[in-house]
Amino acid sequence: MSEATSAIIVQTIFTGLLWGCIYALIALGLTVIFGVMDIVNFAHGEFLMASMFLAYLFNVWWGLDPLLALPLVTIVLFFFGVGTYRVLIRPVLNAPMLAQIFATFGLLVFLRSLAQFLFSADYRMIETVAVGGRVEVLGAFLARPQLVAAAGAMIMFALVYLFITKTKTGWALQAVAENKQAAALMGINSDRMFALAWGIGAACVGVAGALLANFYYVFPEVGAIFGFLAFVTVALGGFGSVPGAFFAGLIIGVTESLAGVFILPSLKYAVVFVIYLLVVLIRPRGLMGTA
Amino acid sequence: MQEPGQKISLIPNVNLKTGAVLGVIFLVLAFFPAFVSSPFYLHLMILIFLYSLLGGAWNILGGYAGQVSLGHAVYFGLGAYTSTMLLLELNLSPWLGMLAGGLAAVLVSLALGYPCFRLRGHYFVIATIALGEIVFVLFVNWAWVGGAVGKYLPILPASLASFQFARKAPYYYIAFAFLGAQLLCTYLMEKSYLGYYFRAVKDDPDAARSLGINITRYKLVAMALSAFFMAVGGTFYAQYVLYIDPESVLPMMLSIQVCLIAILGGVGTLWGPVLGAAIMIPLSEFSRAYLGGGGTALDLLIYGLLIMIIAVAKPSGLMGIITRK
Repeated sequence: MSEATSAIIVQTIFTGLLWGCIYALIALGLTVIFGVMDIVNFAHGEFLMASMFLAYLFNVWWGLDPLLALPLVTIVLFFFGVGTYRVLIRPVLNAPMLAQIFATFGLLVFLRSLAQFLFSADYRMIETVAVGGRVEVLGAFLARPQLVAAAGAMIMFALVYLFITKTKTGWALQAVAENKQAAALMGINSDRMFALAWGIGAACVGVAGALLANFYYVFPEVGAIFGFLAFVTVALGGFGSVPGAFFAGLIIGVTESLAGVFILPSLKYAVVFVIYLLVVLIRPRGLMGTA
Repeated sequence: MQEPGQKISLIPNVNLKTGAVLGVIFLVLAFFPAFVSSPFYLHLMILIFLYSLLGGAWNILGGYAGQVSLGHAVYFGLGAYTSTMLLLELNLSPWLGMLAGGLAAVLVSLALGYPCFRLRGHYFVIATIALGEIVFVLFVNWAWVGGAVGKYLPILPASLASFQFARKAPYYYIAFAFLGAQLLCTYLMEKSYLGYYFRAVKDDPDAARSLGINITRYKLVAMALSAFFMAVGGTFYAQYVLYIDPESVLPMMLSIQVCLIAILGGVGTLWGPVLGAAIMIPLSEFSRAYLGGGGTALDLLIYGLLIMIIAVAKPSGLMGIITRK
């Protein structure tokens, strides 16, 4: 293998890992909601799109840097998630699965077209950001905003993981995921836990969206591809599995990156979709899901 | 009990009033092109018929058999591409091309459906999205079928044989006839044992299996019927517009739209998709015509809102409100 090729491979794997960190965080949000209440939020990518637009608008209105806007965006998204649960999800909790799919699917169509209606289909970009440029790491050139995004995503991921595994509320969340009735007998209010799961799920993409807005285009359709990658990541890691989302995120990031360089850029998402199909058909519970 | 000599009605158990209303609607539609010459309104009606056909095709699998597909544009695209490529390469009549497209769609749907039907619920839905996207990307990168540029159909002398017409009225009647044929098939399916098996597969697959119903087989039957009618719609579209590309015949948005039409009107009902299309298509076309361009997405905004309201308040769709079920 020539030196140039190995340099490209190193560069590609590093870029893939950086993307993978962000995919993992987006997938975490989806998997928390699914794990606690067995509902797939089809509008998850659109939540991400909303948080990217929020970061963009805060920048346009107040000149706020996306990284500074991050806490604000996250809080807004948290309450948006809770609100979505209360208004849209609670009424269909005991409805047939078809109604549950339509509910979040309707939200997907609504949010995407609302963004298109308000902002048109144009691609936008935050022009001047506080953290820019690139750095050299082990011979690979990495964009600094992307490094920051990956680091930020991992911090948020760790916080959510610690919250779920180390705090009393986190244990309650796990208890509800495990067995709703038994948890209710222990005095856990499952309704509040569901709302919390939606809040956390949305807050994850709140963080991811603000970090992405720092270096990625903002447009109404942006949620489509990230949302789908999140489904694939969650399926690969195992629906409901938090560590699964982490490893699957990195795997998807690197695979997509390598496919983009070594197969065809236009085919890289097709490769990711094929991975999803292979995983669900051969190992339906994913890498780390429970049977 | 069927009395000897009594006529077998295609619409039994329908009271006189409903029958009269349907009859009047049929007559109005049958003579519509004779009174209305505005191309805009004829185009609108053609689109309503086409999308009723597509929504009805989705409904066979998604509504009756309960397998929600968000990748049905694949079969529409297969129909459009098969008949178009056969016409371009072999000069084959689009009518035969339509049957070939239907056959291709059925075969592909069975090949894709067989493994995917092992998946349940959300896994299946996401798998159909994945398949839709994979096929889209493959066609964009496939030079022989025109890639992202697409293919123009050759302009032939207008005639029934060439499936090309200078005026809109013939297209109107063809779409009308296709829709009628599909409604008839769906009606017969609904009343036959298939309809009951589909419902069993949808409502309680475990119970159906324990009763000895081969679930996968009936899901595949529903899939094949559904894919066939999608492909017929695809060929009609290609002959009507005379230009196809992946963006127009294979997009994710088309998959979403055919599904929304059925949901809005009422899943698992004969007339639901027709009702859904009769509301959604004018909504789209008027918002496009009067609110400037197709880029505003106002129609989809209203759709999304309607779908959420229906999911929360009335999962049986608008048909559920009309029939008060």
